[in-house]
Amino acid sequence: MSVSIKVKKGLDIRLLGEPAYAVEELPRSRLYAIKPPEFVGINPRLSVQAGDRVLAGDLLFYSKYNPDILFTSPVSGTVKEVVRGKRRMILRVVIEADEKDEYKKIEPDESSREGILKTLLKSGLFSLIRKRPYDTVPEPSQRPKAIYIRAYETAPLSPDYAFAMENRKEDLQKGIQILSKLTEGKVYLIVDGASQTFLNDMQGVALVKVTGPHPAANPSVAIAHTNPISQGDVLWVLNAWDVAIMGRLFLKGIYDATKVVAFTGSMMKSPKYYRLKQGAYLKDFSEDLLKTKENVRLIGGNPLTGSNITEDGFLGMFDNSVTALPEGNQARFFGWMPFLGTSRKTVYRLNFDWFSNKKRDLDTSLHGEERPFVMTEEAEEVMPLDIYPIHLLKACLTGDVDKMEQLGILEVVPEDFALVDYVSSSKINAQEIIRRGLDVMMVEIG
Amino acid sequence: MKSLHDLLKKYEKLFLTGGKYEKLGPAYRAFYTFLYTPEVVTEKGAHIRSSIDLKRVMFVVVMALIPATLFGIWNTGHQYYVQAVAAGIEPAGGFWSEFLFGLKKVLPMIIVSYVVGLGIEFYFAIKRGEEVNEGYLVTGLLIPLIMPVTIPLWILALSVAFAVIFGKEVFGGTGMNIVNPALTARAFAFFSYPATMSGNLVWVANADHYDAVSGETILGYLAQNKSVPWSWWDMFTGTIPGSVGETSVLMILIGLALLLFTKVGSWRIVLSGLLGGVLMGILFNVWGENALMQFPWWQHLMVGGFAFGLAFMATDPVTAAQTNKGKWIYGFLIGALAITIRVLNPAYPEGMMLAILLMNVVAPTIDYLVVEANAKKRMKRKILSVKA
Repeated sequence: MSVSIKVKKGLDIRLLGEPAYAVEELPRSRLYAIKPPEFVGINPRLSVQAGDRVLAGDLLFYSKYNPDILFTSPVSGTVKEVVRGKRRMILRVVIEADEKDEYKKIEPDESSREGILKTLLKSGLFSLIRKRPYDTVPEPSQRPKAIYIRAYETAPLSPDYAFAMENRKEDLQKGIQILSKLTEGKVYLIVDGASQTFLNDMQGVALVKVTGPHPAANPSVAIAHTNPISQGDVLWVLNAWDVAIMGRLFLKGIYDATKVVAFTGSMMKSPKYYRLKQGAYLKDFSEDLLKTKENVRLIGGNPLTGSNITEDGFLGMFDNSVTALPEGNQARFFGWMPFLGTSRKTVYRLNFDWFSNKKRDLDTSLHGEERPFVMTEEAEEVMPLDIYPIHLLKACLTGDVDKMEQLGILEVVPEDFALVDYVSSSKINAQEIIRRGLDVMMVEIG
Repeated sequence: MKSLHDLLKKYEKLFLTGGKYEKLGPAYRAFYTFLYTPEVVTEKGAHIRSSIDLKRVMFVVVMALIPATLFGIWNTGHQYYVQAVAAGIEPAGGFWSEFLFGLKKVLPMIIVSYVVGLGIEFYFAIKRGEEVNEGYLVTGLLIPLIMPVTIPLWILALSVAFAVIFGKEVFGGTGMNIVNPALTARAFAFFSYPATMSGNLVWVANADHYDAVSGETILGYLAQNKSVPWSWWDMFTGTIPGSVGETSVLMILIGLALLLFTKVGSWRIVLSGLLGGVLMGILFNVWGENALMQFPWWQHLMVGGFAFGLAFMATDPVTAAQTNKGKWIYGFLIGALAITIRVLNPAYPEGMMLAILLMNVVAPTIDYLVVEANAKKRMKRKILSVKA
């Protein structure tokens, strides 16, 4: 059973620094961290303090709103510190890792739906699931109408899942089998429609084969074609890596946070894949990995939706790639002159090489200043969903909850507006506006 | 170039919050960002951004206007010499004397338009503590191009002031205005000072200095049921009397090609506007009651402000419909209405201005209907899912 989706609207941005097809072992980091702000919609309550010893899989903190939702340590070691930000918000819990991991033994119970849920909750892996609408950690009591697993990404410098996960077939298959018992609907696996890999042979899933420019592989596109969301619906979205980690939990009874992560971007010495554990501290290796230490931005994830980890240096829980780009902090003389200066692919043809599909070296310059909405076609050009992006953004800005729902806020998550960020000539932060809009919806409607 | 940048940066602190000239900050930044795209990097959202900002977009439109502007300058001189030679006032002049004569007439209009308009824009930006917006770069050139060359500069200045204040700033500036500011200026002059905006004396420079003038526009001839002394080739190349920049369809097409190629202008509006104009033109040809109705439909597209308005003002993204579907309706109605007003109400030979202004006001309603249809579809699905 499979669904094919051909996306027309969108934009492929090709960047220098695509990872080579080679996997290396990254030496074990001294430090690992787990960052509560990554898990939207929870309020962390600590269960450990600095100096406590933890095993891989031991509880670090839980959600205040639902104490069943646990967040556990990816490695064994000693809690080094709890870093707090503004208003004492917990930014990250840092663990000083042992030489070798000691795992907490978990007895997986896959006899029933309840048993599976309990195993996932106890191990902390339930927190890796994202709920639609709102893109938050789901409520365990809500049954998802369907589950979507993304094993393909179209954003620039995205990892190739079929390559990176080659050795995790069994884990992924087990994870799919487990998840299929949690929903009455189907489990969908989003794959590249243009290639035939082991992912196409996974059992117990409905394949969603997508082709076309970014954001073709975003789960929102697959969902819009198969299970368009209305209020009251709950869907789950997971990343194939997290499914494989769940699968390993049920096969071996441990939380093994090992992943193969793509190190990409024009500032990487040699872009390729590295095997490491979630939450690893990358700054220890920046000398070996990066071309220069100064003026480099390290991004957990891809350049469109990732988070800036230059400061803290820890790989995020959901990151399957790390991108290093040059910072664009230099003024450009007559930088706005059409047909001159930096060539970047966009919906306009304002460079002489607009037709070229060559890989470009982009930095982080904003290239202009924020302005009111003026140009109206650019956002629609990169929005494959049946949504009027500017009108939805305006509804979010005004906090008009009814309008937001009518215009489809429940069907989108911030990443669907990443290209709007990119193409916007008014330099609006569309992803942030959508996130705030979703937060308002959650409070007002729930 | 580095020294210039260092110099600018040296004085920047005077204009920052707490600086001596803090209030003039927007003016300093407008100047600085004109010379340099600032060193600002992305902080939220996507880490990489396209290199297109509003300055770039607006400058493309200015570039697209340059052929029409240069031609308009020459044609101003050309029309003068044609008349003056016929009246025996001047000996025949060559290309350069025509161009220089035109330049002497048109350049002051452009300067007045920019000085008055930008002055008001800067004032509002400083008063509000906002950044100076780029929108007026285009408006400032559009206004002289859609005015008769004989317009007194004080009326031009007044029109510009009215357009910028009441057409734009009262709504909050670029991006917030309802109607096209350039057309607001023209409409203001048209209704407040009709004698300077219509008739057979205003379209040729110094026309009131000599008798036996024949400075009537084509639409003027037609409205009086007279036959037109120009061929379609004259209309296409633009060697006819008219507002400064709007006569040459050829030059407008060159500019339009740039707008459409770069995708800065909306092809949907241009195409649907053309369709609307053609359709109404053919309908009136079939009806054929008077000279205006018998005027061939394809020539309708080449006279008056039709081509200029469709290329440069109907496509103004701020005042047009904002949805792609809405743009089809918006453009079509502009084309159809322009020809209708022109033909059915000869008192207003320039139907294009009124058609665009009217559709500017209607555009939000079109968008509302388009977006509402999208919302209805969604709400219907919601009801179905609740039932199931």
